[in-house]
Amino acid sequence: MAAAREAPAQGGAGPLLAIEGLAKVYPGGTRALDGVSFLVDRPEVIAVIGSSGAGKSTLIRCINRLVEPTAGRVLLGGTDIVGLGTKDLRQARRRIGMIFQEFNLVDRLTVMENLLSGRLGSVGFFASWLRRYPPQDVANAFAMLDRVGLSGLHDSRADALSGGQRQRVGIGRALMQNPDLLLVDEPTASLDPKTARQIMRLIRALAEERATPALVNIHDVALAQGFADRVIGLKAGKVAFDGPSTGLTPEVLTEIYGAEDWSQTIRREDEEEAGA
Amino acid sequence: MSTAAYPTSWRPPPAFFGTRTRQHAAVIAALLYVVWSVSTLNVDVNRALAGFGRAVDLFVRMVPPDFSRGELLVRGMVESLQMAFAATLAGVVLSVPLGIAAARNLAPRPVYLAARGLIVVGRTFHEVIIAIFFVKLFGFGAVAGLLTLAFHSVIFLAKMLAEDIENVRVGPIEAVRATGAGFLQVVVYSVVPQVLTRSVGTAIYRLDANVRHSTVVGIVGAGGIGQTLSASFSRYDYDFAAAILLCIIALVALGEWFSDWVRAKLR
Ligand SMILES: Nc1ncnc2c1ncn2[C@@H]1O[C@H](COP(=O)(O)OP(=O)(O)OP(=O)(O)O)[C@@H](O)[C@H]1O
Ligand SMILES: [Mg+2]
Repeated sequence: MAAAREAPAQGGAGPLLAIEGLAKVYPGGTRALDGVSFLVDRPEVIAVIGSSGAGKSTLIRCINRLVEPTAGRVLLGGTDIVGLGTKDLRQARRRIGMIFQEFNLVDRLTVMENLLSGRLGSVGFFASWLRRYPPQDVANAFAMLDRVGLSGLHDSRADALSGGQRQRVGIGRALMQNPDLLLVDEPTASLDPKTARQIMRLIRALAEERATPALVNIHDVALAQGFADRVIGLKAGKVAFDGPSTGLTPEVLTEIYGAEDWSQTIRREDEEEAGA
Repeated sequence: MSTAAYPTSWRPPPAFFGTRTRQHAAVIAALLYVVWSVSTLNVDVNRALAGFGRAVDLFVRMVPPDFSRGELLVRGMVESLQMAFAATLAGVVLSVPLGIAAARNLAPRPVYLAARGLIVVGRTFHEVIIAIFFVKLFGFGAVAGLLTLAFHSVIFLAKMLAEDIENVRVGPIEAVRATGAGFLQVVVYSVVPQVLTRSVGTAIYRLDANVRHSTVVGIVGAGGIGQTLSASFSRYDYDFAAAILLCIIALVALGEWFSDWVRAKLR
């Protein structure tokens, strides 16, 4: 367990993540994903963009099977997650950290308990119930609290924090899993522009430090360009664009979102590069 | 701007039955039904008046209340209280699994349906009916009363718990599930913190309710102060009955006050 702490365990063979022909049809008949395929072969930050309803959340949730895919394969370090039974699925989920738009902290628990809940997949039921975590986990949690800039807040209740602070706890919880993959669903949509940038910067820095690939759903194209290495554009459940974030031209944005005057968005990107 | 062309009066549309005429018709029909019902009930005015007379007589014989049989009184009260406490405790313990099983968002569909079915059937029968049933099974006394109250507590608390669980935020549940947590860990880390305060409040309310109900089930022979009361009535010991009633009132008031106090603390 401790050995896997530094480098992500990839089991050698295969890319970090491979999505093959992923499809999802919801019970109502909505085809949210329609044959999505892509490969992640190095630790990079990937922004997933697309209009509302394009299937971004569905894609991310199919990867850790909070939503059951209808067809296709999700290979994490060579293992197909789609076919796994309950027990193996739990093991796979331990390796995938998730960060949410609404933070999804447990309000009545302390910051520390929220952080340590990232270890639930690795700790037995009674130990976790009695809050008896291994000393190394506790030390890691304090270090994590420090890293996300919340030192001293371990005993605060989660509902006493500001939005930005909550998202930092959310990030810390996901990273406490020592994940091989980070799934991030609109991490900044509930935050003000400045906090949003700080949070994106933090996610980016942590993903780099730990050499963990991150898949980030995001509505803000400028933010995506500023913080991602690569962009995947979804349109009606299909991949409409997949390339480096520098490749986001007005033509590409029109392809993903439909016709619009993109000059404002692109100019903001130029400023971003100048200011960085 | 001229408003001359617009109407100057407006009434809200009728809430029921579509049109105003139909609404009036429905009200008249309901009134006629009440008149007809009363006329078929053979309300005998003389009998009603005789009842009032007997009531006066009964109240006269109730004063002064007779507290001389204190030991019997205390024994009945203590038995009622013990029944209430034990039944609440049993109810709390057993309602947890049943409540989880009856929560749509946690339990698999077949389990959910079975648990809901049990709760619906359990709630169909009033305490007194269950008490009569248990008295038949276990004979007169506190055991029957205890089981009656416990049975109802389980059903009631499980129903409340299931509804609280169904109202929790799903986000934290998903987040905990996404860490690879098992079912029980998900419950302990994301469901329990969200429902705990309310559930403690519900349990205290149930304790208060059980104190009240423990005085009722005794009337059909299921032990406690109710049984003492019913015995005193059938022996025409109205002054002793009055003493028992006063004690029940005091006990119930005390229970209600305690319940309010604890639940206010929880908020
Ligand atoms: N639980 C569900 N049941 C039925 N249909 C759903 C469900 N969740 C999503 N959908 C549908 O699937 C499609 C894709 O939804 P999804 O949430 O993945 O889009 P999104 O790209 O994340 O949108 P947004 O940017 O608004 O978050 C939409 O048409 C949506 O209505
Ligand atoms: Mg979404």
